[in-house]
Amino acid sequence: MRPGEPLILWDWTFSHLPDIARRVEEHLVLTGIAIGLGFVIAFVLSLAIRQSPFLYAPVTWVTGVMYSIPSLALFSLLIPFTGLSITTAEIGLVSYTLLILVRNIVGGIRSVPPEVRESAIGMGYSQWQLLWRIELPLGLAVIIAGVRVAVVTTIGLVTVTGVIGQGGLGALIIQGINQFFATPLVIGAVLSIVLAIVLDGALVFIQRRVTPWTRATQS
Amino acid sequence: MNQATVEFRHVSKSYDGAQGAVVDLSLLVPAGDICVLVGPSGCGKTTSLKMVNRLVEPTSGQVLIDDQDVMTIDVTSLRRRIGYVIQQVGLFPHQTIADNVATVPRLIGWPKERIRKRTEELLELVGLDPSQVRNRYPSQLSGGERQRVGVARAMAAEPPVMLMDEPFGAVDPIVRERLQNEFLRLHRALGTTVLFVTHDIDEAIKMGSRVAVMRQGGHLAQYAPPVELLAHPASDFVSRFVGVDRGLKSLSLLKVADARLDQGAVARVGEPSDEAIRRAREIGAAWVLLLDRAEKPLGWMKVSALKSGQPCTPDDVDASSPLVTLDTTLRDALSMLLTSAVQTAVVIDERGRYTAVLTFDEIALAFRTEPSTEAVGAA
Repeated sequence: MRPGEPLILWDWTFSHLPDIARRVEEHLVLTGIAIGLGFVIAFVLSLAIRQSPFLYAPVTWVTGVMYSIPSLALFSLLIPFTGLSITTAEIGLVSYTLLILVRNIVGGIRSVPPEVRESAIGMGYSQWQLLWRIELPLGLAVIIAGVRVAVVTTIGLVTVTGVIGQGGLGALIIQGINQFFATPLVIGAVLSIVLAIVLDGALVFIQRRVTPWTRATQS
Repeated sequence: MNQATVEFRHVSKSYDGAQGAVVDLSLLVPAGDICVLVGPSGCGKTTSLKMVNRLVEPTSGQVLIDDQDVMTIDVTSLRRRIGYVIQQVGLFPHQTIADNVATVPRLIGWPKERIRKRTEELLELVGLDPSQVRNRYPSQLSGGERQRVGVARAMAAEPPVMLMDEPFGAVDPIVRERLQNEFLRLHRALGTTVLFVTHDIDEAIKMGSRVAVMRQGGHLAQYAPPVELLAHPASDFVSRFVGVDRGLKSLSLLKVADARLDQGAVARVGEPSDEAIRRAREIGAAWVLLLDRAEKPLGWMKVSALKSGQPCTPDDVDASSPLVTLDTTLRDALSMLLTSAVQTAVVIDERGRYTAVLTFDEIALAFRTEPSTEAVGAA
């Protein structure tokens, strides 16, 4: 940063608005794909665990190891195979969501009280009906809590994918670092935080809307 | 009426741990009966119950509903034809009361309008106001109300058989008593075959048309109507399990209507006291019961205290005594007599009018003559 330069140059900001908007969009797309794919994979893994509970330990061990690999290290490991591509970025991002999502989907399903499960089965629910009509709706609060954590972590991680040229708000931050220019760096960082807060709030809102019974009051 | 027989034919279930095992259980529940399985914990009563809807599958032997082996019936369609109520109720917390009750009708694909009508009807049947509870969630109801919804849900698709596992075990004694009475009333109207598990012998005697006493290790100790169980326990275990107060328990199966009732000396307000004294002397009574103009008892007048040549007035009443109806159990009547000053109870009809009197003698007589198995077996 050049001495005496303000943190944000508003002239630059306003003249680069379309550029900033594109970065936000890229950031959202990268996050969306990561959460979407991550959820599908985690959901399938959770169903397998529901069927065969002994899978829980190995699955959480593997996803736990993935979660512990530093993101920069993971990207450099992948580059020889998948290059500086969106595939490299998403492999990393998706693998970081798995541990949280699997734990919360399984936790949500298991949070169904045993007497509720017993009466459902006793009245003739099939395993599939039990899953869709009882376990998933009742587990929704726990599952969405997991999605919230995954979304917030992923938004932070997506800034790192700027390093491998996949755009997003990370690209603004890198631009700031490379050019010793504070404005894009600050904008990238602040918007990343704002995105995390806004999406988290949206998920809280959705969770309250889809679980009305949790707010039913005694009367 | 929708009912079916349930039969256990040499049914055994073994577990690695002995808890809950069942050994060579054979019993037949006639259609429309309430069969209570009772016994200490670990006697296999719940295991036996769950073998009917295949939540537990027998190691050997057969469970038959209307002579059909349950193992040959598709498991989900079997369960949809069997009502199931458990102690913790297990209502679905994320569904409204109406949706909970509609569970099985929805599973078997009833049309919407029929489900709606049936739900309303059932909520009323179990004593809940549909407009009040229909759209509430289970967490907004009291324990007793939830238990009622559980019963309504189990009855929704008019199952020929209902299984109830300690259904009233989790509510306080006053609510339990009311739920028991309501269920007996419902059962009289519907006539469903019921298998009912409890560890409480009093509940078993009250609810059961037949009682199966089981002992640890999963053996059937005795299977009999309650009256016979109390009068002739088949073994030391059964007699200890029904308790030393089995005489009193028998009394709780008898109603005032079962006793040979007596007529006391009565007088009406305004009648000459000489007439009242004459009637009392005729039957050798020291007390005369004074009735008002609507035949309702006001209390007892002491013959020796009545003044000759005056009309009887409520001021002449010296003592009152317990009022019972023909539906009061002899056990309750006995208890009232023990705690009252006058050892004669007055039997009144549903409008409160005098019909007869009841004393210790009649209760004792009813107890000695009444416990015949035929009387209950035919009921």
